[in-house]
Amino acid sequence: MGARDRPRRPAHSRLLHSLRQLLRHRALVQSLVARELKARYRGSTLGLLWSFINPLLLLSIYTFVFTTVMPGARSAGIEAGGVPFSLFLFCGLLPWTWFSASLLESSNSLIAGGNLIRKVLFPAEVLPIVSVFAGLVHFCLGLPILAAFFVYYRVPVPLTDLAWFPLIVLEQLLLTLGFALMVSALTVHFRDLRDLLTNGLTLAFFLTPIIYPLSQAPAWARPFLNLNPFTTLAVSYQEVLAIPGPFLGWPRLLIFAVVSVVVFVAGYFVFDRLRDTLAEEV
Amino acid sequence: MNAIEVRDVRKTYRRYGRRKSFGTLKSAILTGRVARDLKADDAFEALKGVSFDVPTGKTLGIVGRNGSGKSTMLKLIAGIGRPTSGDVKVHGRVSALIELGAGFHPEISGRDNVFINGMMLGLSKREVASRFDEIVAFAELEEFIDEPVKTYSSGMYMRLGFSVAINVDPDVLLVDEVLAVGDEAFTHKCLDKFADFRRRGRTVLLVTHSLDMVTRFCDEALWLDHGLVRAQGDPRRVVDAYLLDVAAAENRALHRNPAVSVASTTEQPEDMMKAVEGRWGSREAEIASVEFVRSDGVAAHVFESGEPLAIRIGVRAHHPLNDFVFGVALFSAEGVCCYGTNTDIEGAEPHEFTGEAEVGFVIDSLCLVAGTYTVDVAVHRRNGVPYDYHRSLYTIRVTSRVNETGIVRPPHRWTFSGGIRISGL
Repeated sequence: MGARDRPRRPAHSRLLHSLRQLLRHRALVQSLVARELKARYRGSTLGLLWSFINPLLLLSIYTFVFTTVMPGARSAGIEAGGVPFSLFLFCGLLPWTWFSASLLESSNSLIAGGNLIRKVLFPAEVLPIVSVFAGLVHFCLGLPILAAFFVYYRVPVPLTDLAWFPLIVLEQLLLTLGFALMVSALTVHFRDLRDLLTNGLTLAFFLTPIIYPLSQAPAWARPFLNLNPFTTLAVSYQEVLAIPGPFLGWPRLLIFAVVSVVVFVAGYFVFDRLRDTLAEEV
Repeated sequence: MNAIEVRDVRKTYRRYGRRKSFGTLKSAILTGRVARDLKADDAFEALKGVSFDVPTGKTLGIVGRNGSGKSTMLKLIAGIGRPTSGDVKVHGRVSALIELGAGFHPEISGRDNVFINGMMLGLSKREVASRFDEIVAFAELEEFIDEPVKTYSSGMYMRLGFSVAINVDPDVLLVDEVLAVGDEAFTHKCLDKFADFRRRGRTVLLVTHSLDMVTRFCDEALWLDHGLVRAQGDPRRVVDAYLLDVAAAENRALHRNPAVSVASTTEQPEDMMKAVEGRWGSREAEIASVEFVRSDGVAAHVFESGEPLAIRIGVRAHHPLNDFVFGVALFSAEGVCCYGTNTDIEGAEPHEFTGEAEVGFVIDSLCLVAGTYTVDVAVHRRNGVPYDYHRSLYTIRVTSRVNETGIVRPPHRWTFSGGIRISGL
């Protein structure tokens, strides 16, 4: 019965209650994600193929810029390691697209779904969560293309390293959900956040080792880059998938698991605190 | 056992200026009360302490003017938003017909939308599947259910929304002015569905401006006025009290701008029949005041059809006159002249008119159907040249217990003989 049963209780037990409610709504989330994908490509000739073409086009643009227009910017270090630049780029770009698109979309999700929140008794957190999961589906659709690249460049993927891959995805999912919940609820009150977010994400993109390897950044800058939560994820993707040799970053990845859980809970907490005001403010 | 319990509920909406400072972001998050922490420029109390119960299985109608807090109350009961203070308790599953098809996505098919909408309203996927055929049949959309919703007409859209919401099969159904969703036949189906609901002992809360619905369907009525309960009880009595109050308010409103204050000393128009509103004449004689008086001698602007109406016209002649005619005419809101007469038409012979005087025009039984009427009052020469002509400067409202059509309500009665048995007339 959703929000109506929610009595005034201490914050942590209220949070647990809301989380349990959310589990009950997983079928709704699932249907809404499916609807999102269906509706997005409705009427376009290529349909779902766009989910494959979009990352491919994006990748081609970056590859073109960094190998043809300004080849100096390309890392000699990666080439020396035997990893083609476009492959390295793809490993960071694909998860980043998921992250940034989800946040941008969820920042607008409550305002776009304002009619629902104002007029229907409806668990509002479903809306940003759907944005994140729709992003996850696109991310997964991009994986076969990534695999095709590995085949094309004949780069072997160490299967033992690949075992870490699901954990990285899970951590990214929690991190993105946390940020998405926070951003969506706050945007309702502070609409300026949408524009700040757009610019903030552009900045974060360049502060994340995606178009350059972390090792190439100047030594003084690396501690700062490491503060960026997405750095750990990007580096892990690159090391697990593209960079040869055993995955050495696993302790850091495990520590980051804690961070992602904390971000998720914090995001949900913020959302839960602002929940009651949403119907009035949206 | 009460299905709905509302205890001293207050709801304050705050309006604040455009400046929303980021300095309050932290405290906003920590307290979870963004709206309250920002400095409110203006507070609007939609509900000022409302308490009532709805026993399980009863139908309650909420009436009240626009802005009286009806919809706010309904939203709080639906769980959309929380009261600023006080308690709202609802037992059982609630479904609110507030905005139909609120969650529909235009690009996808009616079928997919039914599933998603049903799940948004709290059904499981399996429950929607088992009711799917019934939902589509009720909405009469079997042929179109696989078309994208954006191709639907607004009537089809609303019918589907209504059908999903009603088939959630709630214990408590909240309805906000949504019965105007389809043609006559569909409205009847909706009413049948409500009746069915009541038979099965479900609770219904109805917010409507159709007082007829309230007296016909509700076990009890609640009258909200400016966020407070003015009356609760038998629907007929509450509705009557409400109507009386509305009439009194209209009276005050019509009285507050007495048209005489319109000092529009316009020229006499070329074509008298085309003149819409105004005042003209030589002013050798003047109409100083016009009052409409009920049978009890009280000046009013709202009259019951069939009751007496007296028009009291205060006049003044600036010099003695022996050529004068007093006239009165009533026009419907559409501008149709319902009745017009003057002393000359009726064969009166004027002798003398000096100084201040009063003219009375008494109608023993106001034979007009309910509606708004404007009144012309004039004093002029026998050849028609006006001293003072007031065109449509006065407005009265006629109310009636029954809603007949037309303009005139002649005194009448029905008679029956033979094998006809009728009561209530």
